[in-house]
Amino acid sequence: MSEFTHSPEDGVIALSKSMKGRRTITPWMWTIGALLIMLVLSAAIGPVAIPPFTVIKILISRLPLVTLPVDWPTTFDTILYQIRLPQTVLIAMTGMALAGSGAAYQGLFRNPLADPYIIGVASGAGLGAVLAMAAEWPTTFMGMTVIPIAAFIGALITVAIVYSLARVGRTTPITTLILAGVAVSAFTSSLTSLLMLLSTEQLHRALSWLLGGFALGGWDPVLAALPYLVIGLGILFVLGRPLNVLQFGDEQALQLGLHTERYKIVVVAVSSLVAATAVSFTGIIGFVGLIVPHLARLLWGPDYRRLIPLATLTGGSVLLASDIIARIVLAPRELPVGIVTAVIGAPFFLWLLRRAKQERFW
Amino acid sequence: MKIRLRFERATIGYGDTPVLNDISLEVIPGEVLGIVGPNGVGKSTLVKGASGILTPISGRIRVDGKEISELSPPNRARLIAVVPQATKLPEAFTARDVVLMGRTPYLGWLDREGESDFRIAVQTMARTNTNGFADRKIGELSGGDQQRLLIARALTQTPSVLLLDEPTAHLDLRHQDEILNLITSLAKEEGLTVLITLHDLNLVARFADRVALLSNGRVQKLGNPEQVLTPEELTSVYGMEIHVTSHPIHGTPLVLS
Repeated sequence: MSEFTHSPEDGVIALSKSMKGRRTITPWMWTIGALLIMLVLSAAIGPVAIPPFTVIKILISRLPLVTLPVDWPTTFDTILYQIRLPQTVLIAMTGMALAGSGAAYQGLFRNPLADPYIIGVASGAGLGAVLAMAAEWPTTFMGMTVIPIAAFIGALITVAIVYSLARVGRTTPITTLILAGVAVSAFTSSLTSLLMLLSTEQLHRALSWLLGGFALGGWDPVLAALPYLVIGLGILFVLGRPLNVLQFGDEQALQLGLHTERYKIVVVAVSSLVAATAVSFTGIIGFVGLIVPHLARLLWGPDYRRLIPLATLTGGSVLLASDIIARIVLAPRELPVGIVTAVIGAPFFLWLLRRAKQERFW
Repeated sequence: MKIRLRFERATIGYGDTPVLNDISLEVIPGEVLGIVGPNGVGKSTLVKGASGILTPISGRIRVDGKEISELSPPNRARLIAVVPQATKLPEAFTARDVVLMGRTPYLGWLDREGESDFRIAVQTMARTNTNGFADRKIGELSGGDQQRLLIARALTQTPSVLLLDEPTAHLDLRHQDEILNLITSLAKEEGLTVLITLHDLNLVARFADRVALLSNGRVQKLGNPEQVLTPEELTSVYGMEIHVTSHPIHGTPLVLS
């Protein structure tokens, strides 16, 4: 014990301090600040440009007990509230959902390459959603709330198939997980394409939806998605500590007193619900669920108690930024945002694949 | 003296295939029971049975009279802690994070660690001399430091039974001694019941109070090191000629091939 110079009491104080230190609010300020800035920018940019400060003023003027002199055209109000803002909020929610569920999947599979897109959950959810759309449910608001459930069922079935295909003995190696994900994705995507070919009339709009084109407009999709995301992400946020313990493997987690099977089922179900909700309203957008959790891990460490909420917040900003790029790069034409995230994300994925073996950040 | 860990004619294995048959062992508080035997004889299987990972196919394994496989994971982990081999640990967690994970059996869905949990973690880190690298990432630590850290994590569970599976497998001589001295002093001073599997018969001879020699899925011989580590027993179990002499310093059996 000669190297041990502090008394245990000093240690408790130091430990408590370090625990508080790690609860520093700096990353939260950065991520929330970035998200707010991106929300305003996204609402400002478009065929009719609204200056960002005017966006802020219009938003503030809607607060209760606030009266501001109206020095902007009233059309701005309409554009902002009926077109831009619902789109912007839906994009932010989608990015948050993909990144949050991506972080949880990565933790659950203990695999840095697990994300809703790569493991096939997104295409499974897409198939479920298209099946629901083929039944013409989404014509009403109630119908719209049913799509996430159909997508959720599609996602759960896919994740179960991929996981059982990828499992070798008691582990899930990276290679088999990707192979199983690719194979199952290809299968479900082709089923989706077939469905769309067979019923072109009803599902015409689903085509751009499937490329991540945010084809649905207005506040209905936002309100339909909101309860699933609030509940789902809320549950994922409190699962950080058990996910940390699961990083030591099922056997050690069980020996440490964790109800491993119980927690794993909850994480899979909730992550799939969150990812499926995102897919239901914005289509399949790749790589956000992969890149953002990694970015968060690099910046703020592997502790899932912080990682999941920070990745969630960052995901909103990243998808908003991608969407802005998609809207301005070929203006006035709009690219599907899925193209932008893939162009940025695919090289990142390859870089990750190369570095996965040496890095200590995982 | 009261028996803390008891195997009652336990048959343990994977699925319906037994690896260990009809095992009966008793370990009392403060005692270190060493488990030895050839590769593949089921030493790790014994640890998995005693930690509830495997449910006995027949027979029972009890801790303080309670059947281990019937305890919930948290209740089990409050009584029994396992020190695994330090291989493939998630590298980016800090040493402190790892030790605090020993509080898992005491924390519910929405709990976070509090002052009393920190206190216990600090005490076990002092006990295992791991405070010096509390803020370092585990991936940066040496094998010996990682192993001490896993012992600290196990002690943070405040268990009454400590199970160790080859804790010295990848360690040099100095670190082997250090780890085993720590474990025996924990048994003597804190009254921990220790079950430890070891490859190295000479380490068992020096550090275990009693030894169980496993062979063909059964307990071939049980007793103190002098009774178990005999040329006759070892030669028959390991299938090669083995000599035993006396350690010039410690006076314990010294096994030579």
